[in-house]
Amino acid sequence: MKYLDEYRDQATTQQFVQAIRALVTRPWHLMEVCGGQTHSIVRFGLDELLPPEIQLIHGPGCPVCVTPVELIDKAVAIASLPEVIFCSFGDMLRVPGSSTDLFGVKSRGGDVRIVYSPLDCLQIAKENPARQVVFFAVGFETTAPVNGMSVVAAKRQGLSNYSILVSQVLVPPALEAVLASPHRRVDGFIAAGHVCTVMGTEEYQILVERHRVPIVVTGFEPLDLLQGIHMLVSQLEEGRAEVENQYERIVRPGGNRPAQELIRAVFEVRDRAWRGIGSIAASGLGLREAYADFDAERRFNVAEVGGQEDPECCSGQVLQGFIKPQACPAFGTRCTPDTPLGATMVSGEGACAAYYRYRRRA
Amino acid sequence: MAQGIPGKVLAIQDDEMKTGRVAFGDEVREASLALLEDVQVGDYVLVQAGSAVEIMNESQALEIFALLKEMEGEEKDAR
Repeated sequence: MKYLDEYRDQATTQQFVQAIRALVTRPWHLMEVCGGQTHSIVRFGLDELLPPEIQLIHGPGCPVCVTPVELIDKAVAIASLPEVIFCSFGDMLRVPGSSTDLFGVKSRGGDVRIVYSPLDCLQIAKENPARQVVFFAVGFETTAPVNGMSVVAAKRQGLSNYSILVSQVLVPPALEAVLASPHRRVDGFIAAGHVCTVMGTEEYQILVERHRVPIVVTGFEPLDLLQGIHMLVSQLEEGRAEVENQYERIVRPGGNRPAQELIRAVFEVRDRAWRGIGSIAASGLGLREAYADFDAERRFNVAEVGGQEDPECCSGQVLQGFIKPQACPAFGTRCTPDTPLGATMVSGEGACAAYYRYRRRA
Repeated sequence: MAQGIPGKVLAIQDDEMKTGRVAFGDEVREASLALLEDVQVGDYVLVQAGSAVEIMNESQALEIFALLKEMEGEEKDAR
């Protein structure tokens, strides 16, 4: 299973589906954590190939989707300042705040730029010493190292016109919240492979022991996902609850230690609001005091800025796996990628966007 | 955003960021290799937002390239 064709091979796919069918004796609810995996599942119709006993629940693993509306409003407020060059990954520009989005700021003349990396912003800051350069530091554990790296470099280089608006979230506390919910339906997790390249698989051991829930770290290809599901169902049917790694070809158990050390040096763990879900204890990162000068929230004094979610948006229920996107009354009508009510319809990792793109019935 | 992009390391500079020239298919960009201790020219690396976080073998990288290329094509079609 080294090459792409092998990961998409239909005969092998059917073999895996048959193997899963042969295993299943009762209903199981499995949550794929990452929005990238959701897109793969919906795009290739993997959920429709599985036996009816296996229900896939789409998880909260879309950092754009869970960035709270008040942070979008803060981004809008900062980006609207004439002295600011506001830099962001492209996904964030269409995410609705309570009154507008970053595209709206750009269309009114704001200097909003799409960048590929926060490291690009350091160069922009050097080239524009009279302007303030702000990067919207959004992401899970995957982007935290490079966002931290940009701040360390800015401090070392004396770049006083660079700062970051932090929206870093952590996966394990979100899984803990899903498991602690009184509405819990999840029997096992398909964990996100690329997050584990940074963090490894050790963090999941605590969850497995505390909740007796199996977790399989899984890749993004159709056969990765089917193999991960097969491993998960095997554990459930055998009454086991362990951390297993389907994605061994990329994920090492210990992850990337220098990246983890960098995260710890720059950020501290904080309670965090998740859009549509609410506050989750110890589920986010904020800059440590040593780097507080690079915190855009402090620099631009936007602590009081904050807004309200569109009341019609059901993204919180979608992100927790309570409903599928089509169950939202606004799906595909009042809420589309061009006129989104919530972030799940905009992001390349949002479940609503996946259903809109691959499952919309004409 | 949670999904990394694979690229092939073409050159490594001896600077603070251990800046590498990395080929993502036909496109060459800079990425920091500072988080990889044993990276060498010719290695495939998984890059997250401009920073490499893991060394991959070539077949792993090619597999994701093809997926990304396919998705790119679909996005163009959708436009």
